[in-house]
Amino acid sequence: MSLLELKGVTKSFGAIHALQGIDMTISEGEAVGLMGDNGAGKSTLMRIIAGNFLPTAGKIMINGSEVHFNKPVDARNNGIEIVYQDLALCNNLTAAANVFLGREIRKKFGPISYLDHKAMFEKAGELFRELKSETRPRDLVKQMSGGQRQAVAIARTRLSDPKLVLMDEPTAAISVRQVAEVLNLIHRLKDSGHAVILVSHRMPDVFEVCDRVAVLRRGAKVADKQINATSPEEVTGLITGAIENA
Amino acid sequence: MTDTTQKSHAEIDESITSRQEMSGLQAALKTQPFWVFVAIIAIGVVMSFVSDVFLTERNFFNITRNFAFFGIMALGMSAVICTAGIDLSVGSLMGLAGIVTGLVMQAGYGIGFGFIACMGAAAIVGLVNGVLIAYLRMAPFVVTLGMLAMSRSIAMVISNNKMIYDFGPDQDLFEWIGGESVFGVPNPVWVLMILTVVFWWVWRYSTWGRWVIAIGGNADAAKLAGIPVERVIVSVYVLCSCCAGLAAFLLVGWFGSVTNALGLTYELNVIAATVIGGANLMGGVVYAFGAPIGAALMELIRNSLLLAGIDALWQQFFVGLFLILAVLLEQIRNRGRS
Ligand SMILES: Nc1ncnc2c1ncn2[C@@H]1O[C@H](COP(=O)(O)OP(=O)(O)O)[C@@H](O)[C@H]1O
Ligand SMILES: [Mg+2]
Repeated sequence: MSLLELKGVTKSFGAIHALQGIDMTISEGEAVGLMGDNGAGKSTLMRIIAGNFLPTAGKIMINGSEVHFNKPVDARNNGIEIVYQDLALCNNLTAAANVFLGREIRKKFGPISYLDHKAMFEKAGELFRELKSETRPRDLVKQMSGGQRQAVAIARTRLSDPKLVLMDEPTAAISVRQVAEVLNLIHRLKDSGHAVILVSHRMPDVFEVCDRVAVLRRGAKVADKQINATSPEEVTGLITGAIENA
Repeated sequence: MTDTTQKSHAEIDESITSRQEMSGLQAALKTQPFWVFVAIIAIGVVMSFVSDVFLTERNFFNITRNFAFFGIMALGMSAVICTAGIDLSVGSLMGLAGIVTGLVMQAGYGIGFGFIACMGAAAIVGLVNGVLIAYLRMAPFVVTLGMLAMSRSIAMVISNNKMIYDFGPDQDLFEWIGGESVFGVPNPVWVLMILTVVFWWVWRYSTWGRWVIAIGGNADAAKLAGIPVERVIVSVYVLCSCCAGLAAFLLVGWFGSVTNALGLTYELNVIAATVIGGANLMGGVVYAFGAPIGAALMELIRNSLLLAGIDALWQQFFVGLFLILAVLLEQIRNRGRS
């Protein structure tokens, strides 16, 4: 049984048909690359799986039973974490505060519960070390580099033990060294049985970490192949439309 | 050998984890309330030479009591402004809450009832503001401007445009709470001090406070993180209104009478105090100590002009000047940082 199954997922924004009848499955521990040109509908698909909005039509199944995610927390409770393309961070808060936003660690003193800053700084520090990122938990996100912000957004997904991690262009805004770290992280997620969907523009990233690659073009899925059954050239052709489908 | 290198790695990691851009004191030096506080001290030093009366206990008593009411309201206003909102209705709400308190107590109910009625009226106004802003996504400026007119009008109607000076059986206690002092400190100042400490705790240690600051920074991100953004925003407006209600309760007790004109144009002073205290109208910034410090500076200006024999008509000019200077200073410091 597959971890996640999409059946005919369709999404329209008024007259814009962002997604048209997407079928897709993901098994446990599988890494799928999702590629496509700008506006192909990749982020929209990620956001539907993450519970940002309901599909106009179609079904989402987790472990064989249908789910309806009305809000992001519903998806999170079903073991799905996402790194948004725009990262969705609060610039005026510290790295640690962002990592724990909405899931703050609290301590109790009698009937009063209060934020456990020490525990959050330590746990955030641990997560950043795991990510081999030099992000300091007490720094404000405002002052951070693109890579550090990315680390904060990724660290957020490590708070729970998700079954599926969605990453929307995690390597778009970061340095070469940090790209390697993010790819390492994806490897580690796979090794520990997590499934990953990686949205990326960068062909080498997808070919390095993914088991499968799916291609979207103008809201429709035009290919879904094992990585060793395709080539960067073929995928490029599928993205641009030079190759109709495969 | 390996043991030591591992250890030193752990130490380096640890030092990264606990490293900060600056120490606590350096951080304080960068905040606006600190610099406004410096300005207060400077004005105080100058005034001690200009006027013999300035440093007297009596004058201090008056200054602190006068700004306590604005400080209490500014604490609530800073929460609203932290969410990038604004509440223009607080002055009118004082009139409404004051009249409601007066009517209830005049009718022979005790002070407990009077207080509940006062805070209840405030909470309802805050709730209406908050629901319209959070759920119907109306602009805070427009909603609270409408509420400014409506609250004042209701106060006029229910007071029948008459002054209330009979506060029933608990009149003495009521006037004591607002008008007297404990250990030489006016009661409203005690209230302000306690509330400031409570707010400091809330901003630093409560989940709610953290969420309010997050909403001010990026409401979309807060929403995606699962924070109940709408409910938090409603609670912020209710809180701001309750602070105004509390200030009205104390102020009426001090005056010993209330008319429906209570708090007229106070919203401008409260917003000015809040902004001078370091609040940023773009949201995401809040200091508990900013509210009393901003209010203190404004009262100090008023008091200083009075003692220096400068025409009281200049007062608003200087308040406005400091407001603009405070915002300018903040911008210059921000530019220096980035
Ligand atoms: N919230 C929205 N409202 C209206 N149109 C949208 C919205 N989100 C995405 N779209 C449209 O849907 C299409 C797919 O967008 P998106 O999923 O962001 O593409 P990608 O991530 O592949 O670049 C685009 O035409 C975009 O303009
Ligand atoms: Mg996108």
